[in-house]
Amino acid sequence: MNAIAADRVWKYFGDYPALRGATFEAAPGACVALLGRNGAGKTTLLRIIANLSKPTRGEVTIFGEPAGGKTRERIGYLGHGIGVYDDLSAIENLTLFGQLMHVANPAAAAGAALERVGLGRVREGFAREFSRGMRQRLAIARAFLHNPEVLLLDEPFTSLDDRAIGVLHDLLRDALKNGATIVMSTHQIREAMELATQVALLERGRIVHSGPRTVEMLADPGWLYRKYEEKPQ
Amino acid sequence: MKRDLLAALFIARKDLRTEFRTKEALNAAVSFALVVLVLFSFAFDLERSELYDISGGLLWIIYLFAGSLIVNRSFTREVPNDCLDVLVASPVPAWALFLGKAISSFTLLMVVELVSLPFYGLFNNIIWMKTFWPHFGLMLLATWGITVTGVAFSAVTVNVRLRELMLPVLHYPLLIPLLIGAMEMSTALLRGDAVDNGPNLRLIVVFDAIFTSLSLYLIEFILVT
Repeated sequence: MNAIAADRVWKYFGDYPALRGATFEAAPGACVALLGRNGAGKTTLLRIIANLSKPTRGEVTIFGEPAGGKTRERIGYLGHGIGVYDDLSAIENLTLFGQLMHVANPAAAAGAALERVGLGRVREGFAREFSRGMRQRLAIARAFLHNPEVLLLDEPFTSLDDRAIGVLHDLLRDALKNGATIVMSTHQIREAMELATQVALLERGRIVHSGPRTVEMLADPGWLYRKYEEKPQ
Repeated sequence: MKRDLLAALFIARKDLRTEFRTKEALNAAVSFALVVLVLFSFAFDLERSELYDISGGLLWIIYLFAGSLIVNRSFTREVPNDCLDVLVASPVPAWALFLGKAISSFTLLMVVELVSLPFYGLFNNIIWMKTFWPHFGLMLLATWGITVTGVAFSAVTVNVRLRELMLPVLHYPLLIPLLIGAMEMSTALLRGDAVDNGPNLRLIVVFDAIFTSLSLYLIEFILVT
């Protein structure tokens, strides 16, 4: 059974089809780099998988169950926004999300997660006082807090410095070791390719390529884009 | 079910904690209510008995306008940093999220109402203490009706550009039956009339029951589109 399966998913915003029959599968334990130019439909697809948006047509399943309802417990989502409250401290933010995600002993889990992303010393600081990179690290800690089986990450490397990228890489590697399935949309192809086991390319709402990451992709991050520019669909 | 109700309380506690820290909605609503009370007290030159005749109407108009400032913030509070996405993607069912928001807005609106009630009595020379407890019961029931419909429309308008304008346009017409009941009951209670408040009370209870059930059922379709 696939961890994630999107079957001929269409999504219209008014008359505009953001997704045009996107079909995509990820096996349990896979790390999928979801690539595509601006407006290709990456965020829309991730939002539908996270059940933040309903497809106009088609179906998304998580471990065989339709997205939504109980599948939410299995998902960790990091979108464009950091998803933390500016007027709560770092520890209050993570404790709250731990409680909502049904984490056993949320306060302890929140403290451990902050240590892990290097924010242990500022745990009582308000999120609004943090730098952009620190806020992104707090968001990463929030997304990983409940050890989700499926991680959906939309541009997770954005605004991270080298140290924070290292922290994120470590968290992603650990999650993969524990059997999590990861789908991350990104423009930072080099960082994503280091971890990816599978690569999917979205072009104007269609998945034009989905397959294992190859040596060519690792050596030349732009290779896949060039391949499909030469052979327009 | 128990876990979901607990989640609703966590969300309500979070909203109240952030509101009491920033006092964004609370300061605005209390100041607004007091300013309108002062203006009303100067606007009408009425006999004491006439003041009692319009007392329920005045009171609930103030509560309604102040309530708009409170309920408008309930889902708008989740807009910065896309926090609403995280809540919707979490295992918390939409109805529990809604319930948490309704509880926090209800608490805040009750605070505004309780703070402004003594000033209302003072500025308009109306004795409200004698019937405080029955009136408090009415406030609880009618405020829940205002809150539950307001929070539902706050969810509907959360992604609308002119949400501050849209919310009252959608919300106020729906509240007409509830407000008629609450205004008549308040006037009767403050005047000390020995009238049967049963029909108005039933109207308010039925309104609350219908719109609470509808909102809890429909909120998933409102939030995930």
